Amino acid sequence: MATLLVAICFISFLLMKNSPIDPIQAYIGADMFKVGPEQRAKIEQYWGVDQPLMVQFFHWGSAVLSGDLGISMIYRRPVMDVIGERFLNSLVLMLTAWKLSGVIGFVMGVVAAMKKGTWVDRLIKWYCFTLASTPAFWMGLLILVVFAVWLGWFPVGMGVPAGVLAENVTLMDRIQHLILPVLTLSMVGVANVSLHTRQKLIDVLASDYVLFARARGEKGFILFWRHGLRNVVLPAITLQFAAFSELFGGAVLAEQVFSYPGLGQATVAAGLRGDVPLLLGIVIFTAIFVFVGNLLADISYHVLDPRTREEGKV
Amino acid sequence: MISLLKKSPLNGKQWALMKLLISVAVIVIVLLGGLFLDEGRLVTNLADRNSPPSMDHLFGTDWLGRDMFTRTVRGLTLSIGIGLIGAIGSASIALILGMAAATMGKKADRMISWLIDLFLSVPHLVTLILIAFTLGGGFKGIVIGLTLTHWPSLARVIRIEVMQIRSAEFVQVSKRMGKPGWWIAVHHILPHIIPQLLTGFMLLFPHVILHEAAITFIGLGLSPHEPAIGIILSEAMKYLSTGMWWLVLFPGLCLLMIVRMFEQIGENLRLLTDSNGDRD
Amino acid sequence: MSILEVENLSVTFKQYTAGLKQINHKVLSGLNVTLEAGEIVAVVGPSGSGKSLLAHAILGILPSNASVSGLITFEGEELTPARQLAARGKKIALVPQSVTFLDPLMRVGSQVRTSVRIGDAVGAQRAVFDRFNLGREVERMYPFQLSGGMARRTLLSTAMVSDAKVIIADEPTPGLDPVVIKEALDHFRELANQGCAVMMITHDIESALLIADKIAVFYAGTTVEIASVEEFAGQGEALRHPYSKALWRALPQNDFIPIPGSQPHPSSLPPGCLFAPRCSMATPECSQVQPQMRTLRDGMVRCIHAT
Repeated sequence: MATLLVAICFISFLLMKNSPIDPIQAYIGADMFKVGPEQRAKIEQYWGVDQPLMVQFFHWGSAVLSGDLGISMIYRRPVMDVIGERFLNSLVLMLTAWKLSGVIGFVMGVVAAMKKGTWVDRLIKWYCFTLASTPAFWMGLLILVVFAVWLGWFPVGMGVPAGVLAENVTLMDRIQHLILPVLTLSMVGVANVSLHTRQKLIDVLASDYVLFARARGEKGFILFWRHGLRNVVLPAITLQFAAFSELFGGAVLAEQVFSYPGLGQATVAAGLRGDVPLLLGIVIFTAIFVFVGNLLADISYHVLDPRTREEGKV
Repeated sequence: MISLLKKSPLNGKQWALMKLLISVAVIVIVLLGGLFLDEGRLVTNLADRNSPPSMDHLFGTDWLGRDMFTRTVRGLTLSIGIGLIGAIGSASIALILGMAAATMGKKADRMISWLIDLFLSVPHLVTLILIAFTLGGGFKGIVIGLTLTHWPSLARVIRIEVMQIRSAEFVQVSKRMGKPGWWIAVHHILPHIIPQLLTGFMLLFPHVILHEAAITFIGLGLSPHEPAIGIILSEAMKYLSTGMWWLVLFPGLCLLMIVRMFEQIGENLRLLTDSNGDRD
Repeated sequence: MSILEVENLSVTFKQYTAGLKQINHKVLSGLNVTLEAGEIVAVVGPSGSGKSLLAHAILGILPSNASVSGLITFEGEELTPARQLAARGKKIALVPQSVTFLDPLMRVGSQVRTSVRIGDAVGAQRAVFDRFNLGREVERMYPFQLSGGMARRTLLSTAMVSDAKVIIADEPTPGLDPVVIKEALDHFRELANQGCAVMMITHDIESALLIADKIAVFYAGTTVEIASVEEFAGQGEALRHPYSKALWRALPQNDFIPIPGSQPHPSSLPPGCLFAPRCSMATPECSQVQPQMRTLRDGMVRCIHAT
């Protein structure tokens, strides 16, 4: 894992250096013409652009290790701060959508598998396949049009009401601004969870031990509850944790559509406006985020599956 | 409904083939439409602007009076085209690296697996943004970005498949009989992974197309001159509060339909070629 | 009166070949077997000839792409799917082949307890475990932790706690050492002596000969002979069907002569008698139509030349 992280850092760093966007230009922006050459040299020195590549990487790397990811060009604040604050916003969004899509997806998958072949199953399958082919941002736009523009039930975007002082923003306000992005993010997530759960449950129901359970007269809901649930929850949970990567990708798009001030939106802004330190910081951060997800998946497996816990054969 | 199905003249596999052919047909029609539709409809025509769907303009017009239907179809063609390039690129890399990992010894395997993990440890979209940014956006940036982000999963699948085939008896026998490595690769391994490869290739399209649309939507992809679906939708976002719903609904719906067609092709291909004992 | 009677049972599966065609596998054809209370009937046949399907057909748990024909009678009445549902696990119990038939995430104690229909589940389970010399700690184990012998005894317990009158044991002996096998067979004998009817489905003809009362010889998806165990003696003169005789003589302790050829595949069954292509007594009429099962000297046989 460590090697991966270092490699990611290095490659991202390299890519940035080779990008056509001159970091200095991006920083100065429209003031480009007002800045004289000496001032430019000073700025370049400030950003360390005049030194050899490996030295730069070394400086940058050691700074990163001590928690300093540089200053964001767009927001004029330390990258760590920007990431920290925005991540919190995104976390609320992602966590809520994750839990929602996890639970709803699981239930749908179970229902579909138990009623395999009936119209309920076909409906759920059709719904999920369609959803999985849907562009997430388009779904967001549709939701925006229907719920915010036409029905006017929810605000059109942002994380908090515009023009309201920070201390006056209530929890209800925040929740109101969260609902549509969460809806968008969960709808697309539900499809995957459903389909996987359904397939896993179908496999379980076709297994030898379920056959034997049926041979003993077990059936219907009790059969599912006793044997199906246990054997299906484990893969479902593992899958959920391993889906952090997809989750963040979805968040980027949802935040963009609703102008929600999260880490995803920051990523887009960083990419569009050439904010090198911020983009680098985000890349590293998301890699860690995905890693944590995979780690949690492994741990959950170890904790929940007795085969990995108890000792082997007597 | 089930009894209806059982009485149908086609059995499961024939049904799959039909669905596959229909999906292919739809895609071909869209492609042809995109190539041959009247360019004139794309010209700015301020007299007609902001009109909802009608007989004249099936999907309505935008604020410049351009026919949305034509724009959408061209956008779809563009998406399919880029999808094609991205999918071919990704599949090729996946094939080469997957086979190399499985056949060229432990060290190669470890390196390539590490590489796969590397690419998979950052969310797709973030990597795409990074690559697009580095290469300055536009067509080149997006195509390279798409190719580089989608090969890992397919490579993993191919690697496992090839490893399984290598340990199969008939390959071992071939080796003992003295056939050289490449002969085995071509005559034994390749035929066995072609179904998986083809299915994987078709299933790459949905991802590539959706990601391309997403990146273009964000603004890091194709330039606004091209009628890409992502561009159409991001522009539509600006006009949302004016209530011109047709700007959003139809382009997205069509993209959804195209992606769905590719999924159908991939799934049905898998149904037809997977010899792992399907019963009913 | 027999407690379980299977008449002319046929089971066919739909399957896909390469390409788009569908073919039918007739895995069981015209099978006949009868069980009496207090009796052990061994259904003996080569591995992989579809014998487990007989058990599944009786219990009504065949997969959905199977079509069944024939008549099964239980306790004097036809065994309809509704009656099968009611009888499963309560009146007819299955002893499965291996621990893969147990839920890998459940402790074996709880699994045995789910078979108990009436009364105190825990008590019944512990009583049976005691009889089988399985210590108290076993009930908290998971299936993957059981050794071969313990697994065998646990699987048997599931049937024993259920008070079922008909016990179907599917391949009870593979992979076990002789001591454990003897133990398992003794338990079956005990069950039969208590009044249960036991059907033992196996390819292990030697074990079958040790405890069975009757042997049903299984070949290519059908029963070709039903004989009592005493008739398996000497050179097999008392046996009726050429296959049974050849099977007896092929055993190591007898002549050890194998039978040339192999079983036909369910998708390409020969017309007429299924054994005819390998039979030394075959005549042209044998290949025309499949012989019916007929009674002969207190047993049954499916051969037109048997005496």
